Amino acid sequence: MTKLNVEQIRKDFPILKRQVEGKQLVYLDNAATSQKPKVVIDALTEYYEGYNANIHRGIHTLAEEATDAYESVRETVRAFIDAEHTHEIIFTSGTTEAINLVANSWGNANILPGDEIVLTAMEHHSNLIPWQRLATERSAKLVFIPITEDGQLDMAEAKKLITDKTKIVAVTQMSNVFGTINPVKELAQLAHARGAVILVDGAQGVPHVKTSVRDLDVDFLAFSMHKMLGPTGVGILYGKTELLNAMPPFQSGGHMITTVSREKASWAELPWKFEAGTRNIADVIASGKAIEYLSALGMENVREHEIEITKYALEKLSELGDITIFGPKDATLRGGVIAFNVDAIHAHDIGQICADAAIAVRAGHHCCQPLMRDLNVMGTARASFYIYNTKEEVDLLFEALKEADKVLGHVAVR
Amino acid sequence: MSLSDDLYRETILDHYHHPRNHGAIEHPTAQVEGVNPLCGDELTLYLNVKDNKIEDVKLTAKGCSINTASGSMMSELLLGKSIEEANEIVDLFKRMMLDKNEEVELPDELEDLEALRGVKKYPVRIKCALLPWNTMLEGLGNTLKSPTT
Ligand SMILES: Cc1ncc(COP(=O)(O)O)c(C=O)c1O
Repeated sequence: MTKLNVEQIRKDFPILKRQVEGKQLVYLDNAATSQKPKVVIDALTEYYEGYNANIHRGIHTLAEEATDAYESVRETVRAFIDAEHTHEIIFTSGTTEAINLVANSWGNANILPGDEIVLTAMEHHSNLIPWQRLATERSAKLVFIPITEDGQLDMAEAKKLITDKTKIVAVTQMSNVFGTINPVKELAQLAHARGAVILVDGAQGVPHVKTSVRDLDVDFLAFSMHKMLGPTGVGILYGKTELLNAMPPFQSGGHMITTVSREKASWAELPWKFEAGTRNIADVIASGKAIEYLSALGMENVREHEIEITKYALEKLSELGDITIFGPKDATLRGGVIAFNVDAIHAHDIGQICADAAIAVRAGHHCCQPLMRDLNVMGTARASFYIYNTKEEVDLLFEALKEADKVLGHVAVR
Repeated sequence: MSLSDDLYRETILDHYHHPRNHGAIEHPTAQVEGVNPLCGDELTLYLNVKDNKIEDVKLTAKGCSINTASGSMMSELLLGKSIEEANEIVDLFKRMMLDKNEEVELPDELEDLEALRGVKKYPVRIKCALLPWNTMLEGLGNTLKSPTT
């Protein structure tokens, strides 16, 4: 038994009562986005109905209330990821924007021709394309840490590939395909030993694994609130003070300045230097509620629940003889993300048959086209779990996959 | 009726499990690649057109059931047709799939294609059904341009 009271938790999520064509919704697409508890949804209404105002600008009561609520979330986030300073937390629109901020601002100030940017073969497009663009603009080189057969990073290769030429290592904390949890702490040590910095894409990791930026000693961490019970449109960039201070602003305009003349401006201090324009105030405030909700459950308990359900799912789904499951076989090495293919059935067909049973899974390339090519598949189906998922739901998935195999399986290889 | 029954009704399953005109033509008068960037479906269409007539058509497809079945049905229906006739059929099918008001009716000889009407309920998959047909349009266009011998 895990310490999460899943039955109780499910009551906090209004959408889980949803029926799809008369069938109870089974939501297994959490790696794409999680569902939201009522406290998060209510926080949005409370803000808009009670104290909607722009922040840092007015001296009226509503503006002060909104500013306090917004800024207090910065402290909530700091504590959640164990950062040293509140000003090291920057609100962005998502992981994607956070990574683009670093690639642009830090990248243009630090990457020179011939420098190397080390990535891995399992990166999401959002931790690949910004670096591709930077490398092209700066005549730098991209280097990829390969993966082993069961979807783990080849650390022996990593040791060889991270060299004095390396300026930054950008790596995902958890693969959104294999579920693999990467040895970020060890990679940070390797990077720092060569004078490089490390950026961690925490979009999949932070929602599921207790994360301390100080323990891991990472320089940048990016993640998205919508994958961890929060609303869409909010991401977090954590950066170490010295690095953020030395970086030029990413976007410029209102709000990120101290004094402005016609010819020039001086930048506001951290974190506001990186928060130009009116921010996503309501969603940031609601994000605070999401983090409080997770903290109250305890991230250790969240992880324990996910190991248990993932272990169960790995065993159960393996009973289908025709299934290929990607990633580590050991649930303690991975998060609750399971990518798979059944026989030679196209992932879209699997997705469709699951959808007909009101089961939401993802089907496609998961924004990892290079990885799909490495695996020699067009795409995969993917089930991903969170705090409210149950073993009964895994059983329903199993039944749907059996049906898919019956109707569409055993295709002659063409 | 469950959605599955609807989508994967027998005709579609039959064409999916036994695609007609599957393979390649060694010296085609036109050869076209079609891709659906959204899902990565790929197909290669081979045409042999002589004297304005589709003498042979072959397909190799790497895609979902809808894509495979749609291509198979298309090849069966267009084999032996003139370019004009083929263009008309393609046009009619595309209109049926894209029409929102269910006003496009199919003549009896195209009744197999009725099976694909169910796909319209799933907007993302209409593209899967259309891929072979759009590729065919391109192939027919190419054939017109290159002189036949
Ligand atoms: C590993 C990983 N990185 C980055 C992202 C991008 O996150 P967002 O779309 O919220 O910017 C995702 C989400 O799909 C992801 O899974």
